[in-house]
Amino acid sequence: MGQALTRAAQWTSAKGGSGGKLEYTKINEELLNSIIAFVDGFSAKYPEESKLVFKKPLTWQSSLKPNMIKGPGMTDRGEDLVSEETAGKDQPLFCLQKHDQMTYNVSVMTMHHAEEVMRAAGDKKMHEVRACLEANRDPVANMLGDRFATVEGDDNSIFRYMEEIAKEQEMLAKQSAEERNEDRQAEIEEMKSVLKLRLCLQRLDQQLMDQSITIISKEVRLTPVTVDGEVSILKELCGHEDDNTVLEKLDYWGDNYVFKNGCRAQPKRQLHGDICYLEVKPHDGQNFYVTANTSGYYCNKGPDNQGDMDYEKEGDSYRELVTMLKEKSPKFAEMIDKQDFALKQHDKHDKYMDVRVEQQDDEDANETYRSEAPRGGRQKTMDDQEKDKQKSKSQKKKKLEPSLKWRALGMEEYSAEKMDREKRVLKKKKTTQRMKSKTPVDNEDSFSESSTESEEEEEAVERRSETNADLPSEYWQIQKLVKYLKGGNQTATIIALCSMRDFNLAQETCQLAIRDVGGLEVLINLLDTEEIKCKIGALKILKEISRNTQIRRAIADLGGLQTMVKILREHDKELKCLAAETIANVAKFRRARRTVRQHGGIKKLVGLLDCGSVNGPMNPEIERDVEVARCGALALWSCSKSRKNKEAMRKAGAIPLLAKLLKSTHEEMLIPVVGTLQECSSEQNYRLAIRTEGMVQDLVKNLNSSTDELQMHCAAAIFKCAEEKETRDLVRLYGGLDPLVKLLEKTENKELLAAATGAIWKCAISPENVQRFQELKAVDRLVALLNNQPEEVLVNVVGALGELAKDPPNRAQIRKAGGISPLVNLLTGTNQSLLVNVTTAVGQCAEEQDNMAIIDKLDGVRLLWSLLKNQNPEVQASAAWAICPCIENAKDAGEMVRSFVGGLELIVSLLKSEHKEVLASVCAAIANIAKDEENLAVITDHGVVPMLARLTNTVEDFVVYRPKHWKKARTDDRLRRHLAEAIARCCNWGNNRTAFGREGAVAPLVKYLKSTDEDVHRSTARALFQLSKNPENCITMHEAGVVKPLIKMVGAQDEELQEASAGCIGNIRRLALANEKARYS
Amino acid sequence: MPSKGVKSFRTRQDKQKMIEKLKKKTHFSKLEIEKLLEMQRKLSTRGNKIDRSKFRDLLHNTFAITEDFIMDRVFKAFDKDNDSHLNEEEWILGMSVFLRGTIDELCKYCFDVYDMNSDGFISREEMFHLLKQSLIVPGNEQDDPDDGVKDLVEVALKKLDQDHDTRVSFEDFKTSIHDDNLLLECFGRCLPNLPRKESFLEQIADEAHLKK
Repeated sequence: MGQALTRAAQWTSAKGGSGGKLEYTKINEELLNSIIAFVDGFSAKYPEESKLVFKKPLTWQSSLKPNMIKGPGMTDRGEDLVSEETAGKDQPLFCLQKHDQMTYNVSVMTMHHAEEVMRAAGDKKMHEVRACLEANRDPVANMLGDRFATVEGDDNSIFRYMEEIAKEQEMLAKQSAEERNEDRQAEIEEMKSVLKLRLCLQRLDQQLMDQSITIISKEVRLTPVTVDGEVSILKELCGHEDDNTVLEKLDYWGDNYVFKNGCRAQPKRQLHGDICYLEVKPHDGQNFYVTANTSGYYCNKGPDNQGDMDYEKEGDSYRELVTMLKEKSPKFAEMIDKQDFALKQHDKHDKYMDVRVEQQDDEDANETYRSEAPRGGRQKTMDDQEKDKQKSKSQKKKKLEPSLKWRALGMEEYSAEKMDREKRVLKKKKTTQRMKSKTPVDNEDSFSESSTESEEEEEAVERRSETNADLPSEYWQIQKLVKYLKGGNQTATIIALCSMRDFNLAQETCQLAIRDVGGLEVLINLLDTEEIKCKIGALKILKEISRNTQIRRAIADLGGLQTMVKILREHDKELKCLAAETIANVAKFRRARRTVRQHGGIKKLVGLLDCGSVNGPMNPEIERDVEVARCGALALWSCSKSRKNKEAMRKAGAIPLLAKLLKSTHEEMLIPVVGTLQECSSEQNYRLAIRTEGMVQDLVKNLNSSTDELQMHCAAAIFKCAEEKETRDLVRLYGGLDPLVKLLEKTENKELLAAATGAIWKCAISPENVQRFQELKAVDRLVALLNNQPEEVLVNVVGALGELAKDPPNRAQIRKAGGISPLVNLLTGTNQSLLVNVTTAVGQCAEEQDNMAIIDKLDGVRLLWSLLKNQNPEVQASAAWAICPCIENAKDAGEMVRSFVGGLELIVSLLKSEHKEVLASVCAAIANIAKDEENLAVITDHGVVPMLARLTNTVEDFVVYRPKHWKKARTDDRLRRHLAEAIARCCNWGNNRTAFGREGAVAPLVKYLKSTDEDVHRSTARALFQLSKNPENCITMHEAGVVKPLIKMVGAQDEELQEASAGCIGNIRRLALANEKARYS
Repeated sequence: MPSKGVKSFRTRQDKQKMIEKLKKKTHFSKLEIEKLLEMQRKLSTRGNKIDRSKFRDLLHNTFAITEDFIMDRVFKAFDKDNDSHLNEEEWILGMSVFLRGTIDELCKYCFDVYDMNSDGFISREEMFHLLKQSLIVPGNEQDDPDDGVKDLVEVALKKLDQDHDTRVSFEDFKTSIHDDNLLLECFGRCLPNLPRKESFLEQIADEAHLKK
């Protein structure tokens, strides 16, 4: 049973010695039960063995009393109880000694007595066994002597013992003739019974092991799921009150990213079995950090100053978090045992709801709660509030209770917003900072209920006392006006509304003051009345204050959007305008946009766009219509940031209306219209419509506007639309390229610059446009922008240079303008999209010898090569593509490539990538590398041949050209072409040809000839020609039916293709001839 | 010009002449004026004059202007000659402003309504009187209920008193309203709201149309 006890039983401390305790777990219970069953009835089954005297007594503290075991064969010796039977020198076989008042020390020397004790223990058997095992970690050693002590590894003690017995017996047999040694005989008998007992125990051990394995195998290793489960349960029991929670805080440590496998630890730590890290703050004692490893929970050394975790293990592992925490925190153990927290479960839950609301709306609602609270708090007596205040201060925690209204509102919506939450938490801090300095807070009865609370609220309290004295006078005045709004009739309301507008509503103090005194609710309620004047007055205020993000959210939460959407239906044009403008302000965040859509707002807003003529003769009526349309466009602009809204707008027929408004000459009108179009042109449908409805011309025309904002939106719209060739051509036809280049002068407006360079980038995809850009000297201007620009601009500038550099004269121009060096410098960046563009641009530049010399001097190739290690496959691919011309054009390329330590191995290893584009680019690079024989030898050593051969098999499935997947097919053809090219080049070393044949690369290659792409044909033919130099390959090829397509290709236009095909056929034919010759000679 | 002493035994020609004359002064068409005169005849108790109570009924029922003294003030504003009755001209001219007045006319009209002692200024006391009823929920119980109104008066005064002489002259009033026409009825509703106005206009136009 030794093995089972050391391994299967779960000890609180895995280290040996007598200090450990058996954990109260299911496995241990099972083990103990089995041991009890074993001891019970032992003497009946094995009478001899049960009398065997142990080498050392098993001693433990017992709860048994002498009177419980008293009986025949026992004698009282003072307070102790001893058996009459003794083992040799006065050592009683059983002894019960008084230890202290309550407990006695039991020691037993035979199984028989052990059984006796068990019997006496009655229903405390389990307790006794547990105590016994805890006191005697290796009972077998006690019973049978140290030679049978449990050891790690193979236990040969039994065999050795058997050998000993056999030897003894042999000796005895020899001696028996002369002198019968009684003593020896007895000794052997004893040894035999020891052996027997040992075997019994061994069997028990086996049994116990089997038993526990079945249990353990189900749950032995921690999984992310179990950890999550445990943590989430404990989290629910955390809190600040130390009388009903078990811990103060328990949370995951580190960034909250959860990997697909459920782990939170970094991948490198997952290798060590780490699942996640926990930060625990018990009620008593210091914070500590726990590693959840697959092997169990253990403490680590916690994060250092830089916030990096020191993963070193401290202390023991525990199977369960609860067990560990019990060990670490006596308070926790007490609480868990008391199970007091369970009672609180229910109201706990409620509090969580509150906390959740608060967190979710932290960005703005924090403040609102405070404003809500006064009303909630009114019913409370001052006494209560005093108490609460004190409580919250003393406990350093408090919680505002959101009013019922808040809870009823939008709770469902919040849950959908969960996604945003994390992002918002980031902003949270900022907001509080800002509010701290500016927000006035009502000091009296500002909060009502206290419970758990975040730190921010704590700040709020301090702020209250700080700012109490200097609440701006506006605050009190606004509060008074809101009082009139609430408690006045229409006349008073209108006076209040008009006066309120005399405040500077653009100022945050006033905005928040209105909200904090409950003005928002009243204003929104006014929108529901019949009184047009009240509605207008209220909307005029809402329009102004909704520029504030917190107010926006509060308006949405109070259902203001729904009401405003309804107002869009009214006849009064002023009202419609105001409502639309307010919606434009409020719908700046996702949930608001969704609300507008779901309440049919999009359709109504689109309806507003319909206004007679925009540029015709004006009269007040038409002017008002145009104004309505402008407001509608403003609102749609805000709404169009959501994809579904774009779709809804299209369905509501917004496109032709926008096209009409685009003809306007007024900038106030054009900005929202172009802004909307720009926003929408991320959708294919809109791009098409913009082209076909002739909007490109207007966009180009407005590029010449005098307003930066309008120019920026036009350029951004062109940026997005110029993905399509037809649009690019239209931009050129309408003369849009000139103003775009001209916009590059506006270096101080970064947004405009980013849009303009983006538009140039996309337009430069068409060669005709490149021509024009060349005439406009765009390259020089773009190169000038390579320095000191934000990344958004750089991405586009570099993208544009990459496109322009496809035209050879531009490459030289980039060099002359000094663009190579900044480009190479950008290779060290981290922005992925920038890297993709930079590598492309550098690759294009490297096509020219002179450029290459500079790149080489700047060590650009090494930088490109190191980007192959980037995690983004797009970056990998474009880096590999860029490497190709570098190798082609660098002087002494072979030597250069070899100088990159581990470079060749790296590039070969990329052949394992799953991305076709990466594979194609790497194949192309390998084809170039393989031109150098020495390098070819190295990559052959790195196993390039089998990898290429494997790839031939994986891409062959796509041989058939499928128009549906034309893009995919094109990538595949690209891969095929470069793969074949790489194979062709790699054939030139050693027995690579044979190796390709052996790896089965030949037959799939033959199928490549079915492709429709001539480039594929050319490189495949070349590869086949190389491979056909090996007779085995010829046979394979021939069997795969290579001859027919090759013969067709001999007649192709392309000379290289002709030559390679002919060469291949020639090789096949020569083999056949040689064969025949051999046969007949 | 017909004056209050003249009984309405007018010839048809006289009547036509008067209508023509009124048409020039008002925003009504000829038919509408005829219709309004018809209406006046129905409302009038003695001669062709509408007395205060009939007029109040009309304001109350047709235009939903319910506040007692505002109704009185409106009557006063209509009743240019202060004889407690509205003759044809007063009636038509009044209704013209009342229903179709330009912003300036409305300014004048409202100012007249609010300027209770007709001294050309709306004083604090007048405002207090006008706004007395406008706060439905007064502040705290302990506070003087009038305090709220007094505060409101100060707010209104601040808003309207452009020349800071602690009273609102007609000029002040006009300037304020040009800035923000919501203030037109700032001391109590003395104009019909849109739906009421439209239905009334429809009524006179429709019937006029039918007569044709």
